[in-house]
Formats: sequence, structure tokens, C-alpha cells
Amino acid sequence: MTTKYEALTGAEAAALAMKQINPDVVAVYPITPQTPIVMKFSEYVANGEVDTEMVRVESEHSAMSATVGAAGAGARAMTATAANGLALMWEIVYIAASTRLPIVMGLVNRALSGPINIHCDHSDSMGARDSGWIQIYSENAQEVYDNYFMALRIAEHKDVLLPVMVCQDGFITSHSVENVLPLEDAQVKKFIGKKNFKGLLTSEKPYTIGPLDLQDYYMEHKMQQHDAMKHVIPVIEKIQKEYAETFDRKYEIIEEYRTDDADMVIVGMSSVMGTVKDVIDMMREEGIKVGAVKPRLFRPFPAEKIKNVLSKFKAIIILDRSDSFGSFPPLYGEILASFFAAEKKPYIKSFIHGLGGRDTNVEMIKEVISELQKLRDTGESNFTIDYLGVR
Amino acid sequence: MYNNIILDRLRVDKLPTMWCPGCGHGIILAALLKSIDKMGWEKENTVVVSGIGCAGRVPGYIDACTLHTTHGRALGFATGIKFAHPELNVIAVMGDGDASAIGGNHLIHAARRNIDITAIVFNNDIYGMTGGQKSPTTPHGYNSTTSQYGNAEIPFDLCKLVEGAGATFVAREIQSNHINLEKIILKALQKKGFSFVEAFSVCPTSFGRRNKLTSDATKNIDWVKSMSVTKAQAEKRTPEELEGKIITGVFVDIERPEFIESYLKYDLSGANCEK
Repeated sequence: MTTKYEALTGAEAAALAMKQINPDVVAVYPITPQTPIVMKFSEYVANGEVDTEMVRVESEHSAMSATVGAAGAGARAMTATAANGLALMWEIVYIAASTRLPIVMGLVNRALSGPINIHCDHSDSMGARDSGWIQIYSENAQEVYDNYFMALRIAEHKDVLLPVMVCQDGFITSHSVENVLPLEDAQVKKFIGKKNFKGLLTSEKPYTIGPLDLQDYYMEHKMQQHDAMKHVIPVIEKIQKEYAETFDRKYEIIEEYRTDDADMVIVGMSSVMGTVKDVIDMMREEGIKVGAVKPRLFRPFPAEKIKNVLSKFKAIIILDRSDSFGSFPPLYGEILASFFAAEKKPYIKSFIHGLGGRDTNVEMIKEVISELQKLRDTGESNFTIDYLGVR
Repeated sequence: MYNNIILDRLRVDKLPTMWCPGCGHGIILAALLKSIDKMGWEKENTVVVSGIGCAGRVPGYIDACTLHTTHGRALGFATGIKFAHPELNVIAVMGDGDASAIGGNHLIHAARRNIDITAIVFNNDIYGMTGGQKSPTTPHGYNSTTSQYGNAEIPFDLCKLVEGAGATFVAREIQSNHINLEKIILKALQKKGFSFVEAFSVCPTSFGRRNKLTSDATKNIDWVKSMSVTKAQAEKRTPEELEGKIITGVFVDIERPEFIESYLKYDLSGANCEK
């Protein structure tokens, strides 16, 4: 195994993973902050380091269309986008999932306008949470890199056959340089294996993709998507285990940090959890028993697992990097629903943070922890939703 | 005198612009402002709409009724504005990728309808803001961050495209020929119908540096000049000689029924339709 770290941005880590996957087709359109992924990948194509056919299309709508076309014809097809790009892809995002095409898409999370903002929050991918895609959230460049290979295996698994979004935080992860420990090309090749998805258009019999499907069979097809999602969690567990055994890199669907003796935790996804872990270390020095819980998977939502993990604590605060205006923030809402049938429920509170790239800094996380202590001791702010770090 | 005219129509508190040193967009913006001034349009009845990209930032600097929209959609929003208030003077400002890639459909349909909007494309041959990816106007063989060893594709001739789609005024001028550019924009603003100006800009940062023109603005400007040929000169040259050249001038200046006037006549006064 490679033991040499490379200094890579999250975007470069994604491009390197794509290079090692060596997909048949990549179709892309530039959008900040995703662009460094495709620029780097384009370099690999130009230098003949991959066998990929790369199509520089005229919009994201075309990027997803071409990706669906390629995957439908049996290619390993990939793309990448962010925010408004994902929004423009919208109708085909749904079609990719319902056509059961194992596409892996890099999503660099960015605020979805308006007003226009190019910086990070999760409003783009959270909007797509009901599109039928699997969503994996990465904390740092190393996770981005490793997630790509696991995502490909999950997508192409015969019990799944669903597209996967590998999410990373725009600029914070995509443009920051970190140490990444890459794998060797041959190791990746062996792990991802040969594509076991033949493609719908390349079977022996001529086939039609996407014909009209009305009252007669539409619901049966939707139920198949519903059932496919049920297979995802066991498949991910199996693939994560294999990844850990092969490369000594252990990933869990729900990562726990210093929770053994904790009676309260912060729950959140992606890059903010790096800051949270650092602040927890500081608080631990002061004897405050706080931990962190980081779901890496948001679709399918690991409800049973999260309930089992979180029911150990007296109080939890959930950090959401997007709002669901007029309802519960996405992660908070999912966790509330997971606990509905539970006998033992912790005090639970929501903070919306970091919208449009607003920095969630150490001081803010300290404030969250002091809120967490109050919540644990009094339960007063139970079931409340607040914004963190606004004037 | 001109400086005052320009400053009077700019939001000076927003200056300096975010454009890179050597960018050609400021000169096109100045030509646009001078032309608007010559038209005598008030800020209150002048609307400037843009999409996304470096040219998309224009509405932030112009002191008028301005709207910064999504990538490629300037003409879509502008059509709505013109429909709601036909008395307003509506200008759509777009980049080359903005107008001809992601927003290409809006461009041809606005031209086909002949709606009274002036569209100005700030063409710098590249997606500048996102870091220099090739656009549908990047010349064949030239480099970008998504065509590292040369662009295999053939670029659009935007003027021919829009002419084919039915625009009533179509012109192209390079930014360094700014007095003529201003005259052309003025004619476009005067036109009742869809008027289109392709203003050739330069992007030393994202295009020049990757194409042996360096980030030196003058080298980029000189390159555009060297590539440009006036319509009159072009008539004397062979197609081979004109390969890859930027032909400047007014290509279309005709009269055709304007869309909103036709709409009001046919859709709202059906009884008056000529069968």
C-alpha cells in the first residue's frame, strides 16, 4: 500500500479518485466550486492517463443527460456539479435514479441561490434528498477520496443499482489542501473490479429506456426503487468492512467521536465535524464530557442506527447546514422521526449554521456546547430550532 | 465629459470592479453607458439584466433598474420584464458561455420572436470566472483548462446564429475599437426589435495566459486586433483567408414586426386578425 501522503485539495482528491476509477464517460459543465475537479480530470484525459471519453457539454442539464445516456448504454459514467448546476439537472437527476443507473456524481456543496452565493451549505443536496439518489457526506479530502471507490461499488451492487452523490463542502473541503493518502492504481482497480452492470441498451434484445409508465405499472416501479433503497445499508456495511480489511481504513455509516463516557453529543455532517472534534478535545481538557456523532450517509437515512447510537445520551444538538423553511431542518427532522417510536428519548435541539459559507468557528461550537449543557441540565430548550452565529 | 457621464451612471460605491487587470469588460461597459446616455434614457426606465459570469456582474455596477439572474437566463428574465412593462428599455448583458451554451435556446428564441430587447454579448472566448474552461466560442485549436492541448470543437459564429434566428439588428465589434463599438451599441439601442451586439472582449487571465498571449493586456488586445477584419475588407478575401478571423461590422439592420406589438394585435384583439 502507498505510504506517501500527497497534498491535495478535496477537488483534486476527487479528480484523482476518478482517474483511478477510469470511467468510460465523463460529461461535465463548469460551475464553482466544482470546476477544479473537472479541470484536473480534463488534464488526465488530455495526457492520456485515463481511457475516458470526456464530453464538455453546454449545460448541466446536458451533463446529466449525457451521463444517463452513457450509463444506459452500459458505460461507467460519472459527472460532477454543485448548487445551481444540480438544480438545472433536476429532472434528469430523478430519471437517473428511477432508471436504476449506477452513476457516481461528485457534488461540491454550495448554497443554492438566491441571493447568489458561491460558498458552502447543503441546500443543494438536501433539495435532492427525495430524488432517489444515495447521498454520502465527506468530512475531509481523505474521506472524499475513499468515498468515491466505495460509492462506485455500492452503486453497481446488484441489489442496489442506484446512483450515488459523493458530497464534499464547497471551498472548505474542495479548495483546502490537506494530506491525503492515496491508494495505488492497481489496488483501486482490484477493489472496484469489473463493472457488473451491462447496461440497458446493450442486452441481446433491443430495449427501450424511459417509456411512458402510467397507472398500470408506475407504482410497482416506484416500489422497486423503495425496496432497492432498503438494500443499501447492509451493502454499505459489507463494502465498508471490505474496504477496512483491504486498506486498513475504517469507515462507519455513523461515526462516533469520544462518546464512550459522554452524556451529550453534537450531531452534524461534513466539514464542520472537523471543527467540532477539535473543540470537543479542548472541552475534554476542562472535564466536560461531550462527544460527537457524524452520520456519513443521509440517503437512505440510517434511522434505526442513529436511534440506537443517540439514545445513549441525555442531550443532543443537531447542526444542520441548510434550512427547510417552514419545517424542520433536514437532519434534525430525520432524527426526530427516528425517535418517535423510541421509549427513551434524549433532549434534542437544532442549530442551523454555516449558510452561504458563513464560517462556523471554534467560538460558535463552544457556544453550542454551553447550550448543550443547559439542555442536558434543564431540558428547557428541548425541540427548539435556532440559527447559530447570526447578527 | 465622458468620464462624468460614465460615473453618473455607475454605482461608484461599488468600484473598483471585480474584473482582473487588463479585462476588456470595463471598456464595453463604458461604451454601453455612453450609448444609454445618448439615448437619454432615465435610470428609472432603463433595465439591465444579466446572467452568470464576469459579464454577469455588470448590473451590480450600473445605476439603473438592474437584475442579476441565473446562468444563461438573462433573456428569459428580460422577456418577462419587457412583457410586463413594454415601455421599459430592456438590455440583456451576457457572456459568451452564458449566451451561447447554457442560454443558447433563449438567445435563438428571443431573436426569432423579435422582442424589443438589446442583447450584448461580452465575448472573451472563455469561461473566465470559473477558471478558463472552453466555451462554445473558444477558437478551434486554442487552449483552455478543459482543452489543455487545443480545442477540438468548432466555435459558434454568434452573429450568423442570431441572424439565422431572425434578429433585426446584428453587429460585431472589438472592444479596442471603442468609438465604433459605442456607435454600434447606440444603433442597437435605437432598434425597435431584437438587436444583438457581439462585443469582443479580452481575458488575459484565463485565455491569454494559456494561449501564449501572457497576462499582458496589450498583447491580448493586439491579438484580437490582428484577428479582426472589417466586413468591407472581408468581402475582398477568400473563405480560407477568413478562417478563424473576427469579422466586424453591422450584418443585419432590417425591419420586421416587433413581438409585443404583434402579440397585442393578434392575441388580445383576435377580432382584428387578418385571416
